[in-house]
Parts: sequence; structure tokens; C-alpha cells
Amino acid sequence: MDYNKFLSDKVRTIKPSGIRKFFDMLSTMKDVISLTVGQPDFPTPYHISNAAVESITKNKTYYTSNSGLIELREGISDYLSRRFDLHYAANGEIVVTVGGSEAIDMAFRAILNPGDEVIVPEPCFVCYSPLIEVMGGVSVPLYTSVEDKFKVTPEKLLPLITDKTKAIVLSYPSNPTGAIMTKEDLEAIAPILIEKDILVLSDEIYGELTYGRDHVSIASLDGMRDRTVMVSGFSKAYAMTGWRLGYVCAPKEIMDQILKLHQYGIMCASTASQFAGVEAITNGDEDVKYMKEKYDRRRQYVVTRLNEMGLECFEPEGAFYVFPRIDSFGISSEEFCQKLLDEKRVAIVPGDAFGTGSEGFARISYAYSIEHLTIALDRMEEFVKDLKK
Amino acid sequence: MDRKLLEILEGDGRLSTKQIAMMLSKEEGDIKKIIDEYEKNGVILGYKAIVDWDKTDREYATALIELKVTPQYNRGFDAIAERIYNYPEVQSVYLMSGSYDLCVILEGKTIREVALFVAQRLAPLEAVQSTATHFVLRKYKDKGVIYGPANFDERGNCN
Repeated sequence: MDYNKFLSDKVRTIKPSGIRKFFDMLSTMKDVISLTVGQPDFPTPYHISNAAVESITKNKTYYTSNSGLIELREGISDYLSRRFDLHYAANGEIVVTVGGSEAIDMAFRAILNPGDEVIVPEPCFVCYSPLIEVMGGVSVPLYTSVEDKFKVTPEKLLPLITDKTKAIVLSYPSNPTGAIMTKEDLEAIAPILIEKDILVLSDEIYGELTYGRDHVSIASLDGMRDRTVMVSGFSKAYAMTGWRLGYVCAPKEIMDQILKLHQYGIMCASTASQFAGVEAITNGDEDVKYMKEKYDRRRQYVVTRLNEMGLECFEPEGAFYVFPRIDSFGISSEEFCQKLLDEKRVAIVPGDAFGTGSEGFARISYAYSIEHLTIALDRMEEFVKDLKK
Repeated sequence: MDRKLLEILEGDGRLSTKQIAMMLSKEEGDIKKIIDEYEKNGVILGYKAIVDWDKTDREYATALIELKVTPQYNRGFDAIAERIYNYPEVQSVYLMSGSYDLCVILEGKTIREVALFVAQRLAPLEAVQSTATHFVLRKYKDKGVIYGPANFDERGNCN
């Protein structure tokens, strides 16, 4: 049967995620020690899980309002104001979503018309371009470089702006690079975005995981709140990936549109997850601190080891990834990772999964115990030694 | 930094000084020096494995014994505590507030052995007024570690 005539042309032309291909191959292999997982290795803190269990046994198993439980939206509003100096009204400017991913999708759907250009800094997480393209938008890559610490600079931004540029994606702290953008970095590009009248989709899912200095949201800068759609969630900060709980914050005019899509497509985020979210956002600060401290120890361990084995590695200041350079061996990042997997049974993700500008790098997740990291890095060290011969 | 170092070691006593140095971005020599100092002045008292004997064929009984004791003139509870903690079978001795004085945790080969120890060694002590022995039926968690099947990494590769 010819299914093509049944299928959406737009969807058919989207490329499957490169990272997926790698993970599928990985899942067929045995005895592999993996450094690929992009989620916390901690269990969800017990009091948070328990809040959900309690909500279920008390039969709070209805739909919530489309925007989410008001207690949760108020909790998010308080939290954003105390942590990041962001001010969003619980009513009208915050919608609780099924993870940050839904929030990103809804935001693009709410703002894009065919032909609109969206600047997407690479290397980046895999979802932005496909979601832009399915709306008929055009994804314009901005290739950040290790020399710029993978940040968006005015010099790189300006030449990409056309009269069709509608928005830019800012995803910091970054998966896969671990890069952050400081207040100064953001202040350097904000005037351009204001002058050229460009909207920002700011994906701040790793906002709690910065090391050494606090995360700054571009929406907290003068004149930026009104042109920013801010997306975040519970997955990374509270080790709640499986709960699928996120949120989107935006000016009411944008949110009214997002809410329609969310209402028709999703109705509301899972109610039990939302009750867990209320507990997390009101009583979870200590949990975040505890996990962050552990990540920081591992981060320093991994960076030191990689540098010692001769894999040049810029110091990541956020998320739980390092993104070492692996291009000094004269093979592609895909070959490097494949060889490492075949010869030493260690899995890391080739950089090219995160955009064409990411060739020559590989992503290593440190959301693992030191013991696990040590075994994997010992093997990697042998591998690099062999390659150098 | 010192507190961080102790927390790291308390979490995993098998980490090498090299690993710890890397985790804290310090020199290995400095870490060695600090640990030596802690070991000398008794802040760090030892390093042990946490063993779930129920997973082996060794019979292993644990009991918690509440002791009411008469404190000794001038030495309070210290003398009787010392008398008790010097037995190698005794794992822990705590001075408690509340309805009894000393909490003694005993580990032995069998329940009978533990019972004999209480009857022959503890109960006859002059300072001991009374004992109440509670056998542990099952350990669910000890020293922060849950006793159960080893954990597998069930996380999916998703992003």
C-alpha cells in the first residue's frame, strides 16, 4: 500500500533525530558502559513522589484547569520571582505543560507563520528545528564556537538577521555543551533583539544546574520580558523526567494563543504529576542543592580526567554534560564514538547528533556515580592512548 | 572544602585521593595531607563495607538491647558503657534520653548466641538494672543504604 498519500508531506520531510539512531543502535548492544543518558541518576525526592501518591489515594484524579492547578501556578510564580527575578502572573501568564518539550512545541505553533525564520544556535538539543519546520518556519543555524564558549555573540547574531527573522532560540545552560550565558553575555545581545524586534524562546530547563554562579534569564533584562517566551520544567532540577511536567511563561497576548493549543491538544498535564510539582516547587530547594553539589563534584572530576588524557575540554558551567573536542585524531566524531564503542564498550554521543556545526565534538553525560564515571573514563583513556599511537 | 571532603568520603570511602582531588579540583598531595590529619585526630575513624549478610549463607542475627543502668559515682555512664563496648560482638553503644539509658546493638552468628551474650555478659553486670532485647527481623535500610536487590540503571536514552 502506498502510505505516502495518507501522510503529511511536512512531517514526512522531517529528519528523524540523529541521536535516536545512535540510541537505537546502542540498545541492541550488551555490556556497554554508557555515558549517554541525559537525565538525572537520582530518584525523585521521596516527599515529592509521596505528594503524588497521596493525591491519587485521595481521589484527586480529575482534570485540572487547562492552565494547571492554581496552587502549582502560584508556586511557579513565587519560585521564578525568588530564584530568577522573573515576574509572571499565576493567572494568564503561566501554563503547566507536559514537560518542557510540549511547551517548546506549543510556543512555536503559537508564533510561527510559513516562511518565518528562527535563529537556532548550534550545537543544541535536537527538537527545535523539526518543530519549527513542521510549522513551515525556517530554522537558521547560528554556529557557536568553542572559542566563544558556545555562546551567542552579537558578531554571530547580526549577520543572520533578515526581515523574515521572527525569533531566536536561547537554550542555556546548554545541552549538549554545558555552556551558559552570563548576564553580560545576554546584555550584549538584548539591544539587538529589541532593535530588530525579535522574539526569544528561552529554554531554561537546566536553569537550576549552574556551577559557580546563578543562572540569569534573558527575560529578567530590561525590555526583554515582553518579547520572551520562557520555557522550563521539573525534569532536571528535581529529577522528575518521567513525570513529564514543565511550564511556559509568556506575556498574556502570546499565552492566550498557547493556551488554545494546549487546551485542544493536551487538556492539562497529568494531575498526579502536578501535585508532585506543587511539593517540589514549595519544599524542594534543599533537594536541588544536594543534587547540584553532587553534579558539581562529578563535573570537576570528568573535566580534569578528560584534560589529563589529552581531550581538550572547555569547562562547562551548567547542565550535566561535557563536550570535549575529539577532532585531533583525524576521524569524524561518529567514527570516534563508534570505535570507542566497538573497542572499549563505552558509549558517548557523537557531536553531529546536535547539528552540523557540532562535528569534531562528543557529548559525555556525568549524570552517573563517580564509580561508573571512573570505569568509563579509564577505558576512554586507554582508547585515546591507542589512537595516538 | 573540608566539609565537602568529609561528605564525599562518608558517601563512598573507597574513593582514591586522586579521584577526590579531581572532584574538588585540588592537588592530590593536599587531599592526602588533610585525610591523614583527619585519620590522626580521629575525625575519620575508619572505612567499612556495608554487607547484606542475608544475601549470603551466613546466619547473622542482629539485636537491639535496651539497658537501664545505674550510673557510677564520678564517671556517670562512661564506665559501664566502656565495659560493654569492649566486647567485639557489640556493634554500637549509644547513651539515650528517654525511658532507658544505653542502647546496645549486637551482631552475632545466631539468635542463640546473642541471647547467651545478654544472659551471661550483660545481665549479670552490677550496674545493669534491666535489659530488654529486641531481635531485628529484617533490615530494610542501614547507614543510608537500602537493603534489597542491586540497582540497575533503568533510565532510557531519550535526549
